[in-house]
This record gives sequence, structure tokens and C-alpha cells, in this order.
Amino acid sequence: MSPAESDRTLSTMPTDVWSQPSVDVPDLGGVEQVQRITVPASMRYDYSPGLTQTRFLRALEEKRILGERTPGHEDVYVSHRGVDPVTGLPTTEEVEVGPHATITAFCVVHIGFGVNAPPTPFVSALFLPDGAAVSLYGTVGGISHEDVRIGMRVEPVWVDDADLTTSMENIRYWRPIDEPDVPAEQLKGHM
Amino acid sequence: MAPARDVAVVSVAQTAQRRAAAGLSETEMIQPAIRAALDRIDASISDIGFTCSGSSDYLAGQAFSFVMTLDAVGAWPPISESHVEMDGAWALYEAWVKIQAGHADTALVFGYSKASPGDLPRVLTRQLDPYYYGPLWPDSVALAGLQARAMLDAGAITEEEMAAIAFRNRTAAADNPNAQLRGSASVEELLATPYVADPLRRHDCAPITDGGVAVILAADDHARRWSDRPAWIRGIDHRVDSHNLGARDLTRAPSIALAAEKAGATGTFDVAEVHAPFTHQERIVVDELGLAEGTTLNPSGGALAANPVMGAGLLRIAEVADRISAGTAGRGVAHATSGQLLQQNLVCVLEGE
Repeated sequence: MSPAESDRTLSTMPTDVWSQPSVDVPDLGGVEQVQRITVPASMRYDYSPGLTQTRFLRALEEKRILGERTPGHEDVYVSHRGVDPVTGLPTTEEVEVGPHATITAFCVVHIGFGVNAPPTPFVSALFLPDGAAVSLYGTVGGISHEDVRIGMRVEPVWVDDADLTTSMENIRYWRPIDEPDVPAEQLKGHM
Repeated sequence: MAPARDVAVVSVAQTAQRRAAAGLSETEMIQPAIRAALDRIDASISDIGFTCSGSSDYLAGQAFSFVMTLDAVGAWPPISESHVEMDGAWALYEAWVKIQAGHADTALVFGYSKASPGDLPRVLTRQLDPYYYGPLWPDSVALAGLQARAMLDAGAITEEEMAAIAFRNRTAAADNPNAQLRGSASVEELLATPYVADPLRRHDCAPITDGGVAVILAADDHARRWSDRPAWIRGIDHRVDSHNLGARDLTRAPSIALAAEKAGATGTFDVAEVHAPFTHQERIVVDELGLAEGTTLNPSGGALAANPVMGAGLLRIAEVADRISAGTAGRGVAHATSGQLLQQNLVCVLEGE
């Protein structure tokens, strides 16, 4: 059966609806035409981060990095959504990870954006907290960007205690510590 | 044209449907339903050939929110996966097409939302065109009020009949442990309440719901292996009417009749589940479907008892499939809608062996 036989006119609109009526604009004389208008629009949400993210953010307020795992499974996920993405099972076991961590990937940023971006060039990186299976995102400080390496050992630099909130911004940046680099082979599966 | 392969719903599971899944992320909310749908047939994600979900970033207030929900599927090692920014019924349609094309034998489909974080009637205005209607922010209840008024003026329904529709659905929901609104005041008491958007009263409007539903599809022998009584999809089709509300006769939804014709939704049905978020819309859907008198209509309570946006249409299919698999119905029809004022419609015919 051809498409023409098996179907009928898709539109249920009255005839000629798609044709546009001729535009009748009165003579405006020397008035400048409006080329563009701005219509502000916004929607308000009362966002709920969920049980797991709430526990993670509450721990950050205490300068602790809290991961979770599914009982009986090895991998500890940090800053996730309450489910082991491999098994699809809830993560009900809390595991504190870090604070020491290893750089698993980095990028030297020469064009900053956002109101809180550090002066360029700076290094954004992924930090694998000790005991965790996945990395957290942040920036590297206390070292020239030219000296940052994959495998470098680091620790978080927290904001002043009075400024602690339920936010990743509690960690100002990560700085090197005096420990030997972790060989790249040991980071396989965590990159 | 008959489908190339026999495809059936073999398992369904839903979350409790409630006003607010307080404290839960979308992922945490839908995970138990996905898990239960798999567990009921003793399957794991590695047994599933294709996964498709229906949800909306506008409801979550978060970009790419559906990607996060994939954690609840167990998406590693990588799975074949897709998403529609529509009701999960359309995700089921995509999965059905995928199976018909021979690209998968089995599929996991889910639809869900948390409508509670935002202002739902305003969020839904973002479904309108961005040039003419969108900037006016006409909320979904006000638009439904225009449609109800058009029906009243046309003599297509009365306010008493609208209240009776609310009463019947919510009374039926008293037997549905997952429903949000279970039971109803009498029609007389409902009619004594004030208007929220004349001529709509509170009972004419679906509740605002957080929740979702998961469904597993399987073809041919895969279905028979997983279910003693698969709910076979005998026909499925979806059609649209104009999104220009001013160009439509709002008292009708011809796309429903067209989808029903293409899906083979003729003859008699033991059960029908229709997706009508407002009382007067149920009348339109039933008329366009041409449902015979005596068909058991919305035994679950329908969208008037629980309306998880992006899940309520798929839930209709799940409710019909559940009854067929349980042996309490032989043949059923499910209807899903998306967009404003029944603009987009899907019809699915399900049948036991």
C-alpha cells in the first residue's frame, strides 16, 4: 500500500489558515520602526536535590566528602544521585572519601567565563578522592599551571569556617601535597 | 497494514502517585518502579535491547535531567537508549517502532516527572508556540476553561455531567492504591464549590502529581517467555491537531479519531483508559474514540485521580495491560495525550491471547 493510499490529509485545520493575510500598516511618517522587543520571562522552581545529594551537601558543610555505595558492591560514588549507575540499585551505604585526592584529568583555561572564574590562565581538573570510584570537578591552586600533572596528589583548600554552606564552593581549590604521583595505570577506570 | 512483529506489554510497575515526592530526586523517585518492572519478570537491564524514557527538563527545572535518571536503569556497560520530551506513551511508540524494525526484541520504557518544584500551569505554557501564545503565558487551566466554555456553549456537555465525570473517576480510584485522589464528594457537593477558572471547578482539573511508571515490551517468543498472559499491542498510532488553538474547533479532537482508525480501535472493548486531565476532555476523547456504552471506563481513576505529567499517558497503557495480563479484561484501548487541549493524541489497542 502506498503512503498516499494508507493515509489521508494530515492537517485538520480549516482551508487557508496557513496563508498569511496582507499586512496593513498605516503610514507612520518619520517614526522609527521597532526592530526588536524584549519580553522578560522567568519560572521559579523550589529545587529539591534528593536524599543522596542532601547528605553529600550536608557533609560538605562539615568539610567532609561523603560518597555512597550499594551494599556488596565495591565502587563508591561521590556527588551522585542515589543509584549505582552500573547495577541500577540504590546506594544505601555511606562512605567518607578523601580529603586527599589524585588529579585524573586537567585543562589549562585561558579564556575565563562566569562571575566567579579565577584569573587566567588557571587549571580546571577532575579530582579522584581517596576511596572513591569517580572524580569531582574543581580548580587547581597554589602551583603554576605548567607544573600540573595527571597523577598529582592534592588536598582541598576550604573556605573559612564562617563561610561554610551546603555547596561545592566550600572547596576554594585543590593544592598539591608532598606525596609521590600515582602512576597512570592505577587510575584506569577512574578517568 | 499489520505490524511485522507481535509485540506485547509483559510487565508494568508504577510509583505511588502523590502531590509531592518530597525530598526525593527524580532518579530516586523513579528507580523503584524501574526495578520492580524488571524484577516482576526476573529480568536485568542486560536482557533489555532498547530503553526509552519520556520526561521534561521544564518540569525538572534542570537541563538534561533525563540523563541523570539513567543511573536508575544501570546504563553501564553502555545501553541502546533514547528519550522523548513527551509523555512516556510516545517513548513506548518509539520502542515499538524499534522492535518492529528488528533493532531490538525487548524494551524498557518509562515516563515520569516531579511537577512539584515549579508552577505547573505556568510551566505548561512553554508548550505553546513562542511567538503568539507563549508570550501571553495563558496557563493550562485557563486554556482548559476556554475549551470547557466552548463545549458548554455548543451543548456538548453540562456542568452536572462534568461533575459526574469527576465523581466516577475518583470513586473508581478508591480501589487504586497508587492513586493520588481516592474517593469523591457527591455530585451535588461538587457543584456547590466555587469556580477556579470559570466554568471549571477544582474537581474538573487533574491534580498536580509527582510520579511515574515503567513498562517492559517484548516481541514474539520473548514475550511468551516472560509472561503467561502478555498484553499484545494489536495497533498503535499517534496524530496531531494544530497547535494554533484559534484554528481549531476546541470541542473536538479529530486527531483522536484518526489515530483510533489507524490503530484499529473499532468494535468493543472490555476496558478503556483515557488520558483526560480535565473532566470535559473525557467527553471529547470518548466521543472521538466512539467507545460503546458499557465499556468499563478508567477503572484506575484516570488522570483526574493522578496525573504525573509525562507519565499519565503511559500509565493508561500500563493500566489496560495490567488488567489483560491479570485476566480481568480480554481487549482494551488506551489513549494518551500531550500538549494543550488534547492537541496530540496516541491510541493503543491491547489484547490477550
